[in-house]
Amino acid sequence: MHTGLDSPPRIWWTPMHGAERIWVTVAFAWCLVLFAMMPLWHLKGQQNPSGIRHRVEPTRYYQRVQEFIKQYQVGQEAGIPVVAPPPGSDVYLLAQMWKWTPVLKLQRGVEYTLHLSSLDVNHGFNLSPVNINFQVVPGYDYALRVVPTEAGDFRIVCDEFCGIGHHTMVGKVLVVDSTGAPVAPRPGGTP
Amino acid sequence: MTAAAMPTAFRTCPRTGLKVNATAEALIKANAVAATVALLIGGIAAILVLLTRWQAVHLLPADWFYRILTVHGMSMLIFFIIFFEMAILYFASAVVLNSRVATPRLAWTAFALMVAGAVMTEATMWTGHADVLFTSYVPLQATSWFYLGVILFAVGALVAVGIFFGTLVVAKREHTYQGSVPLVTFGALTAAIIAVITLGHGAAIYIPTYLWSLGLMKVDPEIYRMVWWGLGHASQQINVAAMVSVWYLLGALTVGSVVLSEKVSRGAFALYILFISMASAHHLLVDPGLGPAWKVWNTSYFMYMAVLASMVHGFTVPAGLEVGQRARGLTKGMFEWLRKAPWGDPGFSAMIFSIIVFGFVGGITGVTFGTEQINIIAHNTLRIPGHFHATVVSGTALAFMGLTYYLIPLIFRRRIAFYPLAKIQPWLFASGMLIFSLMMTFAGTFGVPRRHWDITFSGAPFDVQFNPAVNLVMGIMALGGLLAAVGGGIYILVTVWSVFFGEKLPAGAYTGPGLPPGIVTPPKPIPPGEHSKKATGTLVLVFVFLAAFIAYYFINWKLLSVVWKIG
Repeated sequence: MHTGLDSPPRIWWTPMHGAERIWVTVAFAWCLVLFAMMPLWHLKGQQNPSGIRHRVEPTRYYQRVQEFIKQYQVGQEAGIPVVAPPPGSDVYLLAQMWKWTPVLKLQRGVEYTLHLSSLDVNHGFNLSPVNINFQVVPGYDYALRVVPTEAGDFRIVCDEFCGIGHHTMVGKVLVVDSTGAPVAPRPGGTP
Repeated sequence: MTAAAMPTAFRTCPRTGLKVNATAEALIKANAVAATVALLIGGIAAILVLLTRWQAVHLLPADWFYRILTVHGMSMLIFFIIFFEMAILYFASAVVLNSRVATPRLAWTAFALMVAGAVMTEATMWTGHADVLFTSYVPLQATSWFYLGVILFAVGALVAVGIFFGTLVVAKREHTYQGSVPLVTFGALTAAIIAVITLGHGAAIYIPTYLWSLGLMKVDPEIYRMVWWGLGHASQQINVAAMVSVWYLLGALTVGSVVLSEKVSRGAFALYILFISMASAHHLLVDPGLGPAWKVWNTSYFMYMAVLASMVHGFTVPAGLEVGQRARGLTKGMFEWLRKAPWGDPGFSAMIFSIIVFGFVGGITGVTFGTEQINIIAHNTLRIPGHFHATVVSGTALAFMGLTYYLIPLIFRRRIAFYPLAKIQPWLFASGMLIFSLMMTFAGTFGVPRRHWDITFSGAPFDVQFNPAVNLVMGIMALGGLLAAVGGGIYILVTVWSVFFGEKLPAGAYTGPGLPPGIVTPPKPIPPGEHSKKATGTLVLVFVFLAAFIAYYFINWKLLSVVWKIG
């Protein structure tokens, strides 16, 4: 027997030690489970970061957000427009130093396509206190199909460093119970 | 000519019998000292960052917080770690193989380049010209000198890695050792190969970014993230490979651990080389640039084959220790080999704590958060720094600290100053970092963001309410961090004092105070004859580990399943 500081005996390609064989086999099987869980969750799970991804000019995205605000604005809060888009619609959220525009008013149990992009540097979408996180990268439109499953008053915290005012970058999402409005069925799952 | 300048001067180490080349020794000393200076700078920055994130103290103003956080990341993850790894490369090639160093003059040039690059980068950060954090995500821009400093440092490191390969060739050609290289050198070789891959990514991203900062070209923010993390995460795999080599090295020096099977251990190192550079994907799982197939395939390092490698080493290192101890007569029960191990030897305790915290906290959280979908509830929260402080600090840095207690007598040839403090240092540091990284991870579970100056969000248009537990958790986190800082402070005090003011050891023998037991009373040679290769104790321990892994992994799927539906 030799240590890791010694040159091994001339022929070191020898059969595995018994306990080693057990552990390597078990560890390998566990690695396959780890791997299988991801495709499996794409098939059966309800939370996947796939989305629809496009490149977009930051200025073009900015215009799209302005059009979206104009179309569905219902008010204003803390100087930021409040927007109530209809169920099933495309929702455009803009990240820039150091604010999220607009404030969103959504209905519970309804699917929206939430677009995320940035006008300037990288930002981080962190829905608080639910703890859902996405990277917001300038030049890319990340469109996620989202169903708010609980009503409440939520915040969007920026969780990617974006400059000195980073900590003031807080947005808002209001989820209301859809009273009387039909709940859109979600393909492949319960609403 | 002084001895250090003579490339062919050798002395024989009275403890290991190895022939130590004077140039190699001088290079190890220089790199280790540079690493300690970087650790001191990064450590002071760590305390300042900690005392700011601890909301009850909230020490620094916003601009200085991000500046010092940048300093902390660069000083620790780049300068401290890579300087120390250069010392390990010279040790594992020239010293372990009884060889001279290939091209000594170039080796000093490489060192000078690294120092110049590090000084340049530090200067830009401290003067507020590079408030871009460790990752410097484009289009957030630093001064061109910042990128140039990093490039100089990386070029120096790449040259030093080349000299490591050269030294292996020299040793082979001059027959300074018999047969194959020892496992420790093989592990260092793994780290060196990964370093080439890593530094290649570094060149591929910092050179365009440097040109971009001069206004000469454009850099796409998403491509920056992908290639940069080819450096940023792959460099952590240099650390893993170097750390595992140090585990084998310290196992050999402290208790005479044996290698169960060269095939398995070397095969595991080879898995690191093959699949580790895919790690960049961990950071892009909730990014808009890439599709699910790419994410799943890459984040799993080709079906978790690099994770398998770490799980293998996590078994073979303690099992080698167990088999070695049992062969020396510690055969009673399941765990006599572990109970009667030299827990007072700082080299031993540092190695064991490094294995435990790296595996149980760093490894389990890392694989879990690096799962494509689970990353939704982990990305950019405090869970991420919670993970990597358990890997790179409690794992790599702690292993390097343990090694230092052997380098001081063996290479610097001095007694360890304040030895009783050195004995408890790994205990303090490991327990502090364990509390710190666990609490950080818990806070992140509630969505607390990383890299954030003020989680009371003063001046924001809307208030944010975290779970009330967050304050308590982050308070305990701060206490753990301070405990670790005390451990880190002791380490710096002990090493600096020993190296510059410590008592010189007489040539020829290692006796007297201020020396770890592994040096004064080396592990007994294994008595001749057949020995059982029983490793049942280790087998029990790794199954406890697996149970913890499975539990944590599926709890996180459960946590994910209750958030909003996203697709």
